[in-house]
Amino acid sequence: MIFMKNLIWILVFVLIAAHQDSWNWNDNTLVFGFMPMGLFYQAGISLAAGVVWFLASVFAWPPELTAAEIETADAEIAGKGGSR
Amino acid sequence: MDLNPGQIRLAIIAIYMLSLMLLGYVASRAFQGTKKDYLLASHSIGPFLLLMSLFGTTMTAFALVGSTGEAFERGIGVYGMMASSSGIIHSLCFFVIGVKVWKFGRQYGYSTQIQFFRERLESDLIGVLLFPILIGLVILYLVLGLMAGGTVIQAMTGDAVNGAFPAWFPALDARGAPTPMHGGIPPYIGGAVICFVVLTYVYFGGMRGTAWANAFQTILFMSFGIVAFIAIANRLGQTDNLLTNLQTVSSKVDAQFTTRAGMSQSEFFTYLLIPLSVGMFPHLFQHWLTAKSAASFKLSVICHPIFIMIVWVPCILIGIWAHTMNLPPSITENANRILPFLVKSQLSPVLAGLVTAGILAAIMSSLDSQFLCVGSMFTNDIVVHYGGKDRISDKTQVTIARGFVLLVVGLTYWLSLQNNPSIFSMGVWSFSGFAALFPLCIAALYWKRLTASGAVSSILAAMVSWLYFYRDSDWGKDADYLINLTFIGGLEVLPVVPIFACSTLAMVVTSLITHPPSKSTLQKFFD
Repeated sequence: MIFMKNLIWILVFVLIAAHQDSWNWNDNTLVFGFMPMGLFYQAGISLAAGVVWFLASVFAWPPELTAAEIETADAEIAGKGGSR
Repeated sequence: MDLNPGQIRLAIIAIYMLSLMLLGYVASRAFQGTKKDYLLASHSIGPFLLLMSLFGTTMTAFALVGSTGEAFERGIGVYGMMASSSGIIHSLCFFVIGVKVWKFGRQYGYSTQIQFFRERLESDLIGVLLFPILIGLVILYLVLGLMAGGTVIQAMTGDAVNGAFPAWFPALDARGAPTPMHGGIPPYIGGAVICFVVLTYVYFGGMRGTAWANAFQTILFMSFGIVAFIAIANRLGQTDNLLTNLQTVSSKVDAQFTTRAGMSQSEFFTYLLIPLSVGMFPHLFQHWLTAKSAASFKLSVICHPIFIMIVWVPCILIGIWAHTMNLPPSITENANRILPFLVKSQLSPVLAGLVTAGILAAIMSSLDSQFLCVGSMFTNDIVVHYGGKDRISDKTQVTIARGFVLLVVGLTYWLSLQNNPSIFSMGVWSFSGFAALFPLCIAALYWKRLTASGAVSSILAAMVSWLYFYRDSDWGKDADYLINLTFIGGLEVLPVVPIFACSTLAMVVTSLITHPPSKSTLQKFFD
């Protein structure tokens, strides 16, 4: 699990690095005949971000956030007289 | 009754506004009468509603009207500057800040950021400093929403030939000829109507009404955005085949706009700092606290970048396609009018009216959360904090929150009527201010050594440097304002870079030379 967690952070940094696509800067290719290459690539970055964050939510979700813990805390607050 | 195209579009906008007010009324029927319910919907928001309300709140005038106008002026690079970077960074903020903030909010009963910072740093001064700064930055953000809303309504109801009310609201050029705004509802009326409608459902529906309205609005602007994109492509391409039309119109666009040839790579890179602003948006903080459970965040974290793509890619393409048309000077001189003009000139009045409702939905889905959060901050951070929780009833607190919202709306409305710079530029300045406070937020959550003095230094450094550069850019009017780092080979960067650096440096240095918070406080937030 720790390996996966580290892998996800590496993937986030890869995404940030890949976002700076200097190689596409002056590329005038129209992908499928209508989508400028720079825009197509950056839309791909958005999709890749969705995949990375999916993996993060599966493998790197904070384990301490269990419903039981929060419910207990809520009950404590209620006992002290409600919200601030 | 015969209605001209301007009046048809106006009628559809009116139906949309009325349906929002109805939604606010329905939400008010579920109102439990407590402050917690009014401001946080009793922590009842599940994954889908949280996704829609977070997305609707972050996508504003900036995303639709601003992005299309900016793409018209600068080309496709705008997507990478603001959209794909936001897809990475926003979800990162939801993940590393939102979930943790939610946990502390539930554990210790926070409703606002300032409550958290005061306890985490054992300092009352933090609240005194942060309150006017956060309210000021939110107002700047609100102003751009109202400006965009007013511009959209005027552009969609006006027309050189078929404006809604040409006798009442003439808009003529220097030679006396009608402009595309002729007969349109002027921004001072459109802005007032938007304020009234948003206030109504926020006033009566509170956070629940806001979340419901946001979900409705998000569905509306996403679906009508796609409809508009397809319809505009078909009109410009003039064949029955969508792909052929897309290819035809894109092939006519000059390479200057289908590449990033005129864009500095260092400027593009430094735009990555701008989306960090969501970590300090007070209205997002409040939305995070509405979540039913931590797991509710997962859907938002995953879908947010994909939703951004669905909304932004069509806007960017529409923006660059506008170069293939003969646009009147009144449109090209104000890029904020590009999207409404294209929608009006290329779609039927009914479809244009529906798309306008979608554009207004994106704008209003941010205004509502911002209105609500300023009321919440004033009540919790000023009135209750200094007046005493036990001396002011829940009902009175809700009334005070509503009163302060009215005051802020009035001020925002007045500011929106002044001579302001472009929506994109104003958005970037507002986001730069929030992003400058991001180091403070992340340190408060993850760095035990952060001290109250470090936090104060960080806030002061952020605001002094922000004000310096904002003034230097002629209060945002210089839309191309960049900082030239002569000591690093003349790199051009956004002002947010030095502002962010000042804020971080001041925080780290001051924290390291001052006493850390007490052990009990550190145990409370780190164990």
